[in-house]
Amino acid sequence: MMSVPAQPTTQRLFIILLFWILCFPPVSEGIDLPSFEQRVTEYTVKNGWTFILVERPVAPVFAFMTAVNVGSAQEGTGRTGLAHMFEHMAFKGTPRLGTKNYEEEKKALEELERAYLAYQEAKLSSPSDVQRIARLLNDYKRNRQAAAKFVKKNEFSDVVEREGGVAVNAFTSADVTGYFYALPANKIELFCYLESERFLHPVFREFYEERDVVMEERRMRTESRPIGRLFEQFVVTAFTAHPYHHPVIGYASDIQSYTMTDAKQFFETHYVPSNMVTAIVGDIHPETLIPLLETYFGRIPAGPQPPALRTVEPPSIAEKVVTIKDPAQPFYMEGYHKPAATHPDQPVFDAIDDILTNGRTSRFYRSLVRDKQIAVDAGAYGAYPGEKYPHLWVAYAVPARGVSNETVQQAIREELDRLKTEDVTDEELAKFRTRAKAGLIYSLKSNLGLAMSLTDYHTLFGDWRELFRYIQRFDRVTKADIRRIARQTFVESNRVVAQIKTVTPAVPTPTPSRKGP
Amino acid sequence: MKEAALRHLRQVPRRLLPSVMTCAVIFLFLATPVPGQVDSVEQLSYPPLPDIHITQPTRVILDNGMVVLLLEDHELPTVQVSARIRTGSRLEPADKVGLASLTGTVMRSGGTTTRTGDELDDFLESKAASIETGIGTTAGSASMTCLSEDFPEVFAVFGDVLRNPRFDPGKLAIAKNQVMAGIARQNDNPDGILSREFTKLVYGKDSPYARVESYATVNNISRQDLIDWHAKYFVPNRIILGLVGDFQTEKALDLVKRTFGAWPPGKPFDDPIAPYRTSTTKKVYYVEKSDMTQAKIVIGHLGLTRKHPDYHPVVIINQIVAGSFGARLFSNIRSQKGLAYDVDGGIGFGWDYPATASFSMSTKTDTTQAGIDALLEEARKIMETAPPTEEEVHKAKASLLNSFVFSVDSPGKLLGKFLTYEYFGYPSDWLVRFRAGIEKATVDQVRKAARTHIKPDQFVFLILGPRQGTAPALARYETVEELDISIPES
Repeated sequence: MMSVPAQPTTQRLFIILLFWILCFPPVSEGIDLPSFEQRVTEYTVKNGWTFILVERPVAPVFAFMTAVNVGSAQEGTGRTGLAHMFEHMAFKGTPRLGTKNYEEEKKALEELERAYLAYQEAKLSSPSDVQRIARLLNDYKRNRQAAAKFVKKNEFSDVVEREGGVAVNAFTSADVTGYFYALPANKIELFCYLESERFLHPVFREFYEERDVVMEERRMRTESRPIGRLFEQFVVTAFTAHPYHHPVIGYASDIQSYTMTDAKQFFETHYVPSNMVTAIVGDIHPETLIPLLETYFGRIPAGPQPPALRTVEPPSIAEKVVTIKDPAQPFYMEGYHKPAATHPDQPVFDAIDDILTNGRTSRFYRSLVRDKQIAVDAGAYGAYPGEKYPHLWVAYAVPARGVSNETVQQAIREELDRLKTEDVTDEELAKFRTRAKAGLIYSLKSNLGLAMSLTDYHTLFGDWRELFRYIQRFDRVTKADIRRIARQTFVESNRVVAQIKTVTPAVPTPTPSRKGP
Repeated sequence: MKEAALRHLRQVPRRLLPSVMTCAVIFLFLATPVPGQVDSVEQLSYPPLPDIHITQPTRVILDNGMVVLLLEDHELPTVQVSARIRTGSRLEPADKVGLASLTGTVMRSGGTTTRTGDELDDFLESKAASIETGIGTTAGSASMTCLSEDFPEVFAVFGDVLRNPRFDPGKLAIAKNQVMAGIARQNDNPDGILSREFTKLVYGKDSPYARVESYATVNNISRQDLIDWHAKYFVPNRIILGLVGDFQTEKALDLVKRTFGAWPPGKPFDDPIAPYRTSTTKKVYYVEKSDMTQAKIVIGHLGLTRKHPDYHPVVIINQIVAGSFGARLFSNIRSQKGLAYDVDGGIGFGWDYPATASFSMSTKTDTTQAGIDALLEEARKIMETAPPTEEEVHKAKASLLNSFVFSVDSPGKLLGKFLTYEYFGYPSDWLVRFRAGIEKATVDQVRKAARTHIKPDQFVFLILGPRQGTAPALARYETVEELDISIPES
């Protein structure tokens, strides 16, 4: 993973043509295969940043997705939520965007950080020295106001949106941080300028204000919704050693104490060009775009690959159960530990997931919703909380009115057990394969959707071509494979249960309000 | 693109200048960071976008009154069909709220006179195709997606679903089960409560635009009600059918005629106007929800329809208020004050009835008061104390005009828009008019529209959250009406 290409390489991809011929004989007549192949170009800038370019001149627009191979799994104790916090900071601008006077602002930000670190140090190490803490808090607040004077609010996003950008957003998962938007085709150089500047020299302005914003995000998503509370308890219970165990948004105390210095260090470690891939899909012209990519993105210095994660989740030896007693209606889920998505058995899990949960003909729907009428929805989260490392396959059911969690649990277990003892049918396997192939075709319709799929596969497998190759593996999944994986996976000691049990809200749920600094 | 590339090429040779140049000149060139690279947004210039060509679909009216729109798109081997049916939950009787929605669900899930619902599921899923139906507030919808090789076969089934649903009693029971579960869960999600109760306060709790299903109204609904509803509204002269995808228009039209041509039209009738409250008075309402660490706040009143003469200036106001990350609410309440993650606002538009105008946010309970004040302040600013500046209007217009291309960037999206215009009686060049209207709108028009359409004296205030924490904020008001959201058992 240390390889940084000595010189830029451009590759035309023929594998796609081959793939389409192999996989789509019945439905390929409508697709102009050679032209699709012609549309994909891979280019790696000299610093190691890979670009996947897809020419799709349906309309004079393009969309892009930049995936950084870093997520909340790369955080440590005391720094949970930092990957997500940096994602927010990547909208705060650069030395030229978002400031009224960068020279002065830079000094003010340095002063602010000095003041905050002093305040935090005092608060953590000598909490009884109330007077000193109060003085340092005041100092920090004064510096925060001083730095704020230089801010031109949201100028970075403002430029994108003024020039016609849409869907401007970003996300952070346990595995990946993604940035995306779409622009009219004539603004391709603006994209090059903004997206290279953004990661060449991000300025961490409004950091401490944004921490409050993230804290509100946590209150909204996790604390104030029953399902949010349940998922957090589920994931912290499920993992013993692996960092998948902490929530992507981070714990409240970490959100309220990480610093600009922490975020900067995180950025410098993980946002190195060889750890990033961008897919651009739409009305683009690689022959003129590639020089621009080299010019703009090439300014970012190459850096060493961040260290690989060492911790491996040990085999689960005991069932874990977490029950939230809550005023909300019941909800049931059970997860099973499984290998990373790059494991050769993943296609077998994909088949199981499809057969159990995809659509009205799925086994869960037919058993729990249609026949027993004990649930109004039943399905699965195929990879939780991420897929890069060993994770969970999670079945869930939303019990019908008046039905208990135990009832839906039993029906879910019956279906899982059936997979161990009876073969799935030929029709089920055929349907799984047909839908996967059709799904790939439908997914080619959206510039942004295609850009996201390409970067997903590239980040996970190290090669975006897997997006097209992967489903070939589905043809090799056998009935025996499904039995084998079911027997191996769906066992008590490998299970994590999480549920909401309804209690009438006689006693208010204790939810201490938290004050920011 | 061309210009950018040329500029790049023009600057490259600079690097080859002979080294005998004076120091000053060399310094100048060193200061140019990398050949061809700009170092501020202002230095960028953009080639013009090609004229946006809006392909009009082929429009045909069948003898039985069905309007058909067809748009070819051969990029991928798929076909999408989408229909709008002149019906809607706003037409259902007050004691049977939920009838329209149930009809929409069971039309598809219940199967047809020749295929059971399960057979339909098997058929469609084995082909990776889908057919779905539903009825919302103002319209019914039916959609179909398939690979183009399956088009004739799947379309025949689509026709069968629209014309001959069997309304299987077992599938009706399942659908009712789902609605009942939804009612039981309606107070679990804070966002759901806020929007439901705010809608009731604005339109009036009995208005067809605000009322929601209860166990009682769902229990009142029989299978015969669904059959009657379908027979009344699902007739070809109340249907607009749109097809987009990999087909030849002539052949597709033949297929449409074979499937729907012999369907006799229904007797035309006018739908009654659904009533709603046309104005509100300033008042504060509270809903207790104890299991939250935030308060949710919404303030507002009735909004507008797109047919209003101020439509374009108001679109610009919305852009300035909350249309982007750089908009006022976002910059002031989120980025600067750090009070909220989600903050939103603007004057909503309906197609044929007014949507709501509102300002809303979630904030920790300690800052409930600060949150309400911040929202009110933003409302007052945009209408009087800090009206839209020339720069803001200019930026909003640039954003709307530059992003216009995205409203027409795929045939599927385009067809969906044409269906909507046709359904609600808007001219087919509505998109072009939209762009012209935005271009023409002046700063004065925008300011005047803000003064006219934001009415603080009509603001309904709704606060949702735990009593503890929100109490000090609520104590500032003389009267606060607490809303009972408990779910009646029958």
